[in-house]
Amino acid sequence: MLVLGPIGFLAPVVLWGLLALPVLWWLLRAVPPAPVRRRFPGVALMLGLADRDAETARTPWWLLLLRLGALGLAILGFAGPVLDPEARLPGRDPVLYVLEGSWTDARDWGARTERLAALLEGSARAGQPASVVVLTDPPVAGSPLFQAAAEAQGRVAGLRPNPWLPADAAAWARTLEGRFETVWFVSGIDWPGRAETLEALAARGPVRLIGGNAPLIALAPAVFAEGRIALGAQSLPPSGVPAEVVARGPDPNGTERDLARIALAFDAEGAASAELDLPPEIRNRIARFAVSGVQSAAAVSLGDDSLRRRKVALLSGAATGDETLELLAPLHYLRQALAPSADLLDGALLESLAARPDVVILADVARLGEAEAEALGAWVEGGGLLVRFAGPRLARSDAGRAEADPLLPVRLREGGRSVGGAMSWGEPRALAPFAEGTPFAGLAIPAEVTVSAQVLAQPDPDLPARTIAALADGTPLVTRAALGEGQVVLYHVTANAEWSTLPLSGLFVQMLERLAVSLRSARPDAAELEGTLWTPVQVLDAFGRPGDAGRLAAVDGARLGAALAMGETARDLPPGIYASGERRIALNVVGEETALRPARWPVGTTVEEIAIPPERGLKGIALALALGLVALDALASLALGGRLRGAVAAQFGGVLLGGALLGGALLIGPSASRAQDSADAYAIRATPGFVLAHVLTGDAEVDAITARGLEGLGRVLERRTSIEPGPPVGVDLERDPIDFFTILYWPVTVDAPLPSAEAYARLGRYLRAGGMIVFDTRDDDLAAGGVATPEQARLRALAAPLDIPPLEPVPEDHVLTRTFYLLSDFPGRHPRTTVWVEAAPPEADRAEGVPFRTLNDGVTPVVIGGGDWAGAWAVDDLGMPILPVGRGPAGERQREFAYRFGVNLVMHVLTGNYKSDQVHVPALLERLGQ
Amino acid sequence: MMAAPAAPSRTAEAEALGAALPALLVASDQLAATVALGGHGRRRAGLGDAFWQYRPAQPADPARMIDWRRSARGDQTFVREREAETAQTVMLWIDRSRAMAFTGAPSRPPKAERAALLGLALGALMLRAGERVGLMAEGGAGADPAAARRAAPRSGRAQLLRLAEAGDAPDPAEYGAPAPAGLAAHGQAVLISDFLGPFAPVAALLEQAAAQGVRGALVQILDPAEEDLPFAGRTIFESMGGAMRHETRSAADLRALYGDRLAARRAELDLAARRAGFVVTTHRTDAPAAQVLLWLWRMLDGAR
Repeated sequence: MLVLGPIGFLAPVVLWGLLALPVLWWLLRAVPPAPVRRRFPGVALMLGLADRDAETARTPWWLLLLRLGALGLAILGFAGPVLDPEARLPGRDPVLYVLEGSWTDARDWGARTERLAALLEGSARAGQPASVVVLTDPPVAGSPLFQAAAEAQGRVAGLRPNPWLPADAAAWARTLEGRFETVWFVSGIDWPGRAETLEALAARGPVRLIGGNAPLIALAPAVFAEGRIALGAQSLPPSGVPAEVVARGPDPNGTERDLARIALAFDAEGAASAELDLPPEIRNRIARFAVSGVQSAAAVSLGDDSLRRRKVALLSGAATGDETLELLAPLHYLRQALAPSADLLDGALLESLAARPDVVILADVARLGEAEAEALGAWVEGGGLLVRFAGPRLARSDAGRAEADPLLPVRLREGGRSVGGAMSWGEPRALAPFAEGTPFAGLAIPAEVTVSAQVLAQPDPDLPARTIAALADGTPLVTRAALGEGQVVLYHVTANAEWSTLPLSGLFVQMLERLAVSLRSARPDAAELEGTLWTPVQVLDAFGRPGDAGRLAAVDGARLGAALAMGETARDLPPGIYASGERRIALNVVGEETALRPARWPVGTTVEEIAIPPERGLKGIALALALGLVALDALASLALGGRLRGAVAAQFGGVLLGGALLGGALLIGPSASRAQDSADAYAIRATPGFVLAHVLTGDAEVDAITARGLEGLGRVLERRTSIEPGPPVGVDLERDPIDFFTILYWPVTVDAPLPSAEAYARLGRYLRAGGMIVFDTRDDDLAAGGVATPEQARLRALAAPLDIPPLEPVPEDHVLTRTFYLLSDFPGRHPRTTVWVEAAPPEADRAEGVPFRTLNDGVTPVVIGGGDWAGAWAVDDLGMPILPVGRGPAGERQREFAYRFGVNLVMHVLTGNYKSDQVHVPALLERLGQ
Repeated sequence: MMAAPAAPSRTAEAEALGAALPALLVASDQLAATVALGGHGRRRAGLGDAFWQYRPAQPADPARMIDWRRSARGDQTFVREREAETAQTVMLWIDRSRAMAFTGAPSRPPKAERAALLGLALGALMLRAGERVGLMAEGGAGADPAAARRAAPRSGRAQLLRLAEAGDAPDPAEYGAPAPAGLAAHGQAVLISDFLGPFAPVAALLEQAAAQGVRGALVQILDPAEEDLPFAGRTIFESMGGAMRHETRSAADLRALYGDRLAARRAELDLAARRAGFVVTTHRTDAPAAQVLLWLWRMLDGAR
């Protein structure tokens, strides 16, 4: 990058092109603009005419300047000019670029390396030696540090943060010698040794601090308490933006999925907490929590045993319902020990096994049924853990006496022994320290734990190997044997305090944990993990991405335990999941006790913003200017060459303007106006006066017959009444507005599609506004009492979403029977149809001597029947019926009545209950012959 | 438009002919109809239809010459003389060279089209007036001296069709020149061209016309662009066939010089024509054709 004053060039090589400009000047001057060729008969008179001015052959100077300007601007543009380029460090001292490179940097690592690259670019330009150091991975002390900045540049892309804090940075910084400047990308988070490192670096030269202000969100390990998962998080600096925590884990198929999500809102101090209540099945599958959208190990909290609960099946040899004291119950102490951290299964063994427990504990069970023993054996061989406790029953039984019982790790001697009792020969025995290599290694043995009675193992050759805990005199106390993929563990004492005080001590619980019988929810401390070896099975990188642990060495339990609280990860103790046998412990970079503290710098230190100060690229502007000049040049050349005349220019402008207008019109105009046109045309067609409308079913034949039927009814109406309907209109319920119509004839077909919700909304509006729908299932010839025809079923489906009032068959005194003709039934093509209309209110009463009730309100919104009236009404263009009705004269009479029903129907729609009015009673009475 | 002078295929030619001729004939008829037919007698007694004078009968007059109706009014016998109406031969030369195919703007017809229209309209008028009208052929370097006429002078309405057909064939030369042998002695000649080409053939023809007692008119048809030279900038002017070219760095500067040359050519033309008893006019293709036709008719009529 070349910098001239406030403008820098990203590709200064291109600027050499400016040297070519004088050459271009000469070339352009030498070559006049291209001549126009014209066919012109008058040339015969021109021969020999000399040009007045020889200079016009040359390109005019201003055109030359224009072209040179355009080219110069283009060259400048391609050279990548930027305004206010990244400020450079003064001086030629070596520069040490320091990245903390821990998980605290991961959230904005990209911005850091980008800025670092920009700074290195500056160093390379200035010829400063430079070095890039990641504090979490400092170079070997004493090795040559500085190199050419260009070489350091190559390393930037490969730099990665590490998921631990730069613990030994201060020690390394003190080994540095010589004078150099330091540019330190700070994370804003305090870490041990930070101040000392600064001091050491400041002793070598000026230190420039660059840091971001993106909040660091640290997710504390999830804690399982009282059936809920408690999540906590800190944000530094406090952020008002709520974070979302995602619990991820395998689904039953093993695919990793989001199992749960919960929002975390940070308070003013930057703390947030939330509780998650999940069913155990899901909870046990959670592999980790992560703040979504944040790439940082701090935002990831791995789940371990503390989130899991094992299913433990408890089975006691004692008869249930024993009226023994609770404290003497064989399972009491086990329950107490396991209840907080495990799900306990009670019940018969076979049922418990069906629930797929992780552990089965048999307390003083001597004999199992054959089926039970077989099932249990198969379960253990499949990976189960069987823990047995001895007791009086086991001691008395002959289980595992003569030959090894597969469900007992050792053969037992008859009788057992009792020590320290009244009849015994000695003191109750204490426990010997747990040997290295046993699951209990490292556990402290309280002095008060004594054993007074036990069952004894046969001294078989493999007894020492199977003994994992022994008494001080060497008698095996806990033995273990593998069986298939599982194992069988035998406590040679009882599970209650009868034979030993072990169940009374905390050691009992710890031993169960070591055996992974229970998984404890509280974080273990160093003492509890003493003596165990933990192998990393999954490690996190600084970005919070899980990775394979590979061949990382196992770590000592004590060290792991000590690191858990504060998340003290290190190169040889990376965050991740550590396993020891069946147990899993997660080491996160943020421990339960980790508190993020902002880094405090000495007074007078400023921390620069990490974002590269805005360099305004001028490339676009320069190129645009160059293009503009080229366009000007084109115009000027045309003018000079005589090709540009006013008319041409005007035409050109006109074409441009016209194109723009046309484009705009094309974009906006047609669709809207076309829709408007068709809607208007439809409205005009639908409202010439009164119009009969029918619903288009999509069945072409039905639609045609219906249209012809309404046409026929229209003719009858026109001839006999004062109603003169226009041509019938077919209505597409999805598309057409139906508000124009007073009556809608709806033939029901079996395969009619259900209208959309929108169409139903329109239909509902139509009915509420006083419209009438005549449903015609056209199937009364097929209808048999009580069984719905397919059309009727379809009608029910069609009409279900409509707001249809209660219906009744047309009563004798319904106004429909007398709106124009006096009718007693309403045949269509099928005689004797039942027509359903809105039910009359029950309180309507009949006046004395009047043949109908006083029903003064309302037109029925629906008329439902199956007479196929439209079929009976249908006529061709000559007015002749299309479909046959009945036979002979009787059929014709039926058709006549069908027409009369149609007339009454339309009259009813148009006049409402007018004929119900009492005024007509005398005339009607007369006509009814009463 | 600048019609391609290259001969198209025979069929296409025939079609073009069939298509263009009636239109041209109709147009020329319409144009001719705008000119009122005036008397065109020879202003002396002779063979003809129109009455000229009564004169006292001379002894040499045959008896059948005596107009008895007039003579019966008096004692003297009279002879009715009719005006001599000798049909005259009018030779037309319509320049069909490439230069004539030029038009300066799409809105204007090519000069050749205007020239053909003018020539045919004049021919129609003359034929209607009973003259014999013929079409001169092109002269110039490669011309066949035997074929001095494209159409022999004849009278009658059918001659118009022959004129139109004969005049339709274009001349491949850059600039047109009339064939000197095409004139009919003591007849009239009308030359329609742009007269931008070499002047010598025209001067020679005019000299010969003077010698043969032929008089007539020259119509110089020019496109407005040829008069005004509305060009600017660096330009290469080429003749229509591309044989001549002239390059200028500023066409606008050339305007005045070109105008001078054009004026000189006109003066030359004028002088030569006056010596031969011809009249000259300049017709721009943006002016109506009827104007120049009327002028032509009057001039020719007067010349008789």
